[in-house]
Amino acid sequence: MTATAANNLKVSQDDVEHIAQLSRLTVPASEREKFTEQFNQILNYADILEHIDTTGIQPTAHVLPVSNVFREDIVKPGSTLEEVLANAPAVHNDGFKVPRVIE
Amino acid sequence: MELYRLTAHEAHDKLVKKEISSQELTEALYKRIEETEPKVKAYVTLDKEHALAQAAAVDAAIAQGKEIAPLAGVPGAIKDNISTKGLRTTCSSKMLANMVPIYDAHVIKKLREAETIFLGKTNMDEFAMGSTTETSFFGPTHNPWNLELIPGGSSGGSAAAIAAGEALWALGSDTGGSIRQPASFNGCVGIKPTYGRVSRYGCVAFASSLDQIGPITRDVTDAALVLNCISGKDAMDATSLDVPVPDFTKALVADVKGLRIGLPAEFYGEGTARVVKDELDKAVEIYKKLGAEIVPISLPHTKYAVITYYIIAPAEASANLARFDGVRYGYRSQQATSAPEMTTQSRTEGFGLEVRRRIMLGTYVLSSGYYDAYYKKAMQVRTLICQDYAEAFKKCDVLLTPTSPVPAYKIDSQMDPLSIYMLDVTTIPVNMAGLPGISLPCGFADGLPIGMQLIGRALDEATVLRAAYTFEQATEFHKVYAKLGGKD
Repeated sequence: MTATAANNLKVSQDDVEHIAQLSRLTVPASEREKFTEQFNQILNYADILEHIDTTGIQPTAHVLPVSNVFREDIVKPGSTLEEVLANAPAVHNDGFKVPRVIE
Repeated sequence: MELYRLTAHEAHDKLVKKEISSQELTEALYKRIEETEPKVKAYVTLDKEHALAQAAAVDAAIAQGKEIAPLAGVPGAIKDNISTKGLRTTCSSKMLANMVPIYDAHVIKKLREAETIFLGKTNMDEFAMGSTTETSFFGPTHNPWNLELIPGGSSGGSAAAIAAGEALWALGSDTGGSIRQPASFNGCVGIKPTYGRVSRYGCVAFASSLDQIGPITRDVTDAALVLNCISGKDAMDATSLDVPVPDFTKALVADVKGLRIGLPAEFYGEGTARVVKDELDKAVEIYKKLGAEIVPISLPHTKYAVITYYIIAPAEASANLARFDGVRYGYRSQQATSAPEMTTQSRTEGFGLEVRRRIMLGTYVLSSGYYDAYYKKAMQVRTLICQDYAEAFKKCDVLLTPTSPVPAYKIDSQMDPLSIYMLDVTTIPVNMAGLPGISLPCGFADGLPIGMQLIGRALDEATVLRAAYTFEQATEFHKVYAKLGGKD
């Protein structure tokens, strides 16, 4: 994922593939060229941020002056097993069933 | 007048006076939906059986002489990213096409307590990512004012339902303009409340520091009534504010004498269409006549708001949407042979192009080596945008701007993503600064409604509502109906 200034190409098609991997996605081959072009278009537009002097400016943590919210540590009823599994794509022995994780 | 044209408060009055029953009203809405949905496609899911049962319960209460809440028995529509227990909630995504929530969003719980009626769930841009309702997995919604046009988005289904007479009130959600912009394209009133005014619990998260739920309605009074019902602190949302909620209907006073209305020059520049500027100019004249003081304002960081948003919102989305792994709920690809492959395939097949683009954009701007240049920088610029507004509100009480720089445009316009993003410039800064904003109709151009936006100080929805109500009382724009391509 090396940033390059050549032709204002901030990310190559290979970079896009790598970003997709990090995102647990794939970019279908038919979309890759246009996707990369539009991705670069957006990133190039972000260059305007370089014109702003943000020295000493704190990043926004919260838009309103609020602080941590605490509550008493009391056990409350949660969802039932039946509810939690209700929308699962596959269930086995009261658990979520998934394909093999380790070969 | 047809029952489906009533405002929520008019319907309430008729229910209380026993001129109509809630069942009659609800049936009338479903009849209207049946007639208009083939053209408009505002809804993803309808819930007629439950709606009619609820209507019968309210009718029984009225018959017993019980006092009913303002929205009791009044049928409304809910954006499909707001969790409704037992009723499919899809976010207009293949990923959640069969998702039936096991709990209610906080706002839904409040509305159920108020004995209101949910007609169904409305179409939206997939996961609220879009400004056109075209990214919906279920296909686009059509603008009732001209069926070839977009209704705006992402709450396009909710706004179109109001304009088409398919609901008396609706809920939307607004991350970068998703309530206000479709409200303006459909001639409706839409409010994005102050960040934290309304609990986000049960609103499927897109960008958690920006998302707010709010009303889309026929008039300002209805917007105040819905806001009354959904506002307030909720233990399930730590960012919901523990502050008193005023009765917003008390703000509905037709008086802006001495009110200082700021006009930020940056919102009236080259990017804003002539037809939009013309209607805003007329609105300013109306406010002057009503006794308001017009103040020129500058919000110098406005031009940076769009890209700042399109760094911050995707960054938050990339984290929020990581939960969709094909394991516990949602779409699962049947193509994969291992668990990691299953997650990647499920996400690739389950998410549409725009959602995948934003997840990847967010992943990139948060990734090692790029975090400082993009995400941190954007969060610093966000601080500067907040400061612009803090300065402005020393000189004025509300800001008046166009809601969108353009009127509604064609479905399938073939614009590139960045060009569509740029059109959010008028609404995005309000989310960035966490402020309340309302859109209401202020004129027409070529038969299409034009919306104006009023922005207020944090937690000062009341002043925004008063300014909006005063304008509405002095004009007739909210009394014009969409014709759905016919004469109706």
